[in-house]
Amino acid sequence: MAKADITQAEGDLFLENITKQFGDFRAVNDLSLQVPQGSFFALLGPSGCGKTTTLRMVAGLEDPTAGRIRIGDADITYAKPYNRPVNTVFQNYALFPHMDIFENVAFGLKRRGIKDAKQQVDEALDLIQLSQVAKRKPLQLSGGQQQRVALARAIVNRPSVLLLDEPLGALDLKLRRQMQLELKRIQTEVGLTFIHVTHDQEEAMTMADTVAVMNEGIIEQMGPPTELYESPRTAFVANFLGQSNLFPAKVAETSGDDVILEDSDGRFVMPKARVSDRVVTDPGTEVLVGVRPEKISIARLEDAAPPPADGNFVDGRVTSASFLGVSTQYEVTTHGGDTINVFAQNLDVHNLVPQGEDVRLSWLPIHGFVLSGHDDINAGVEKNV
Amino acid sequence: MSQATAAPKAPLTHRLRTWVGDNALRIYAVIAFVYLLLPVAYTFAFSFNDAGRTNIVWNSFTWDNWLNPCGAPEVCPSVVNSLVVGLIVTVVSTILGTLIAFSLVRYRFRGRSTTNLLIFLPMATPEVVLGSSLLALFLNLFVPLGFTTVVLAHIMFCISFVVVTVKARLASLDPRLEQAAMDLYASEREAFRRITLPLVAPGIAAAGLLAFSLSFDDFIITNFNSGQFTTFPKFVYVSATRGIPPQANVIASAMFFIALAIVLISQFAGRRRKEV
Ligand SMILES: Nc1ncnc2c1ncn2[C@@H]1O[C@H](COP(=O)(O)OP(=O)(O)OP(=O)(O)O)[C@@H](O)[C@H]1O
Ligand SMILES: [Mg+2]
Repeated sequence: MAKADITQAEGDLFLENITKQFGDFRAVNDLSLQVPQGSFFALLGPSGCGKTTTLRMVAGLEDPTAGRIRIGDADITYAKPYNRPVNTVFQNYALFPHMDIFENVAFGLKRRGIKDAKQQVDEALDLIQLSQVAKRKPLQLSGGQQQRVALARAIVNRPSVLLLDEPLGALDLKLRRQMQLELKRIQTEVGLTFIHVTHDQEEAMTMADTVAVMNEGIIEQMGPPTELYESPRTAFVANFLGQSNLFPAKVAETSGDDVILEDSDGRFVMPKARVSDRVVTDPGTEVLVGVRPEKISIARLEDAAPPPADGNFVDGRVTSASFLGVSTQYEVTTHGGDTINVFAQNLDVHNLVPQGEDVRLSWLPIHGFVLSGHDDINAGVEKNV
Repeated sequence: MSQATAAPKAPLTHRLRTWVGDNALRIYAVIAFVYLLLPVAYTFAFSFNDAGRTNIVWNSFTWDNWLNPCGAPEVCPSVVNSLVVGLIVTVVSTILGTLIAFSLVRYRFRGRSTTNLLIFLPMATPEVVLGSSLLALFLNLFVPLGFTTVVLAHIMFCISFVVVTVKARLASLDPRLEQAAMDLYASEREAFRRITLPLVAPGIAAAGLLAFSLSFDDFIITNFNSGQFTTFPKFVYVSATRGIPPQANVIASAMFFIALAIVLISQFAGRRRKEV
């Protein structure tokens, strides 16, 4: 294979079995992923899971302990950072304090000897709505303004791959939404590959074509946002993206395309298609049954219609009901002792179920999912909520 | 206005106490400054003394000393000696010290922490001890005392100060700035030249000034190792027995004002840089 010119490399970004070891600590563990050229890829995960470390290896600021990184055919694993067609928006901005905003944004263009740097810088400053502060020093800007400058400084170079390490973290909600739209627009217009690291699952889901959920140095699951939300593969993903009700059960039997599960509250039917590929459906296998709170319907026990033949239901008692305006959030303790959260849309105020009432919860089999019983049921639950 | 006068006044003791409370810091500062600046003022005043043999009692005012600072024998040659030594020492110790500081901050190598500790040794050792042991060393190596030995001795103790000063500046420099530069297509060399060096430059400049003033000022170590070679402090000390000529006051005052000017200019430049 002819040695491709790294500085001009284009194509999909490949990380192949990347491991990064800091002494005894493994920050990134045998991670593989492919980011299609021109796509918006979000890397989502809790603090300390190795997101920044992964980006730094792609940028060339950290050498992987093992593995390969490619852009198209060009192997960039050990290429110098200044030879890669990759630019980074640093998590802490890393603006040059002795240069003004204009010089900061022009830095990359000047290093490559680009002729009409001024015009491109002016455009970039327009884009982030900071033309008026071009002559100021970074320390004279607010945190959010600095963050936008960091964004402009990277984007102005139009790299093959743009790495964004929580680029909107310091912005208030309004500006954040606005910049999200801007970013998405730039990305589709220019066709750059964006790798966007974020804590914010909403941001990841609204912006990205593909989301990878990362935890403790590995990728738990990767796919389009809807797929991740509807069919999580692990308890971590189920809990980290939105909320999930998870409760332990056992496989009782399989019949046709369905799996019958059993727990202290009775039996549930699940289509085999809704069972995580990590679970073998032999009778006796321990599993976790999952249902999103908004997919469960709640009804007073005496009002409840007889359960449909193929529906799942459990009976329990409402232990708390919080009216949230657009919806009501119930916490129901089942007779078997599980706690289940339900979000019910407020279609009719008179249907609110008060605390202490006996209720029947029901959901369609295709709305549930089945995970491995070895998963930690609380993995990925946000601790401060 | 009439209302204000009509309002009952606080008792005198209370007002006195408030006044002292409000102005205590200012009073203290004035006293401290008088204490600090009195010797300088004295030196400056006596540079205008039309002294006879000694410059101890005030005779009468004259411009002569300032118009003719080389009037007294040996004053100017000793000043020139001090300046030459100071400049060489500044250049050499700033370069060497800066390099040491970079290696201590940027690289992990064996003996790094030991080096860090040893750097402090020349600063912690009493000057008489340093001076006398250097003298013993030079004598044992049969190095003739004079200009060379003074320069060597000064470089030796100035390096420590340069290292400490530059190191402090370097340590506060975020390594991610250089990484960001390299991410933006700057080679290692360019990142150093455009990011690191400009950001560390104030520290290096401060270290250089410090080295110069330490060298220019040094008497104890110089006196041990200079042989017949005379620097300005040594000249003053030697002539103290016979009477210090007022030209020495002129030189000292001039040095003070030059130093003051440098400080003011650098402060002014620093403020300008921040404003723009
Ligand atoms: N240079 C280093 N030496 C040792 N450990 C490191 C180093 N850099 C990162 N780590 C460790 O690697 C782990 C992953 O760090 P990383 O910065 O990639 O996390 P992150 O996912 O970006 O977190 P955050 O969302 O808080 O930014 C952390 O536990 C961190 O302590
Ligand atoms: Mg990070």
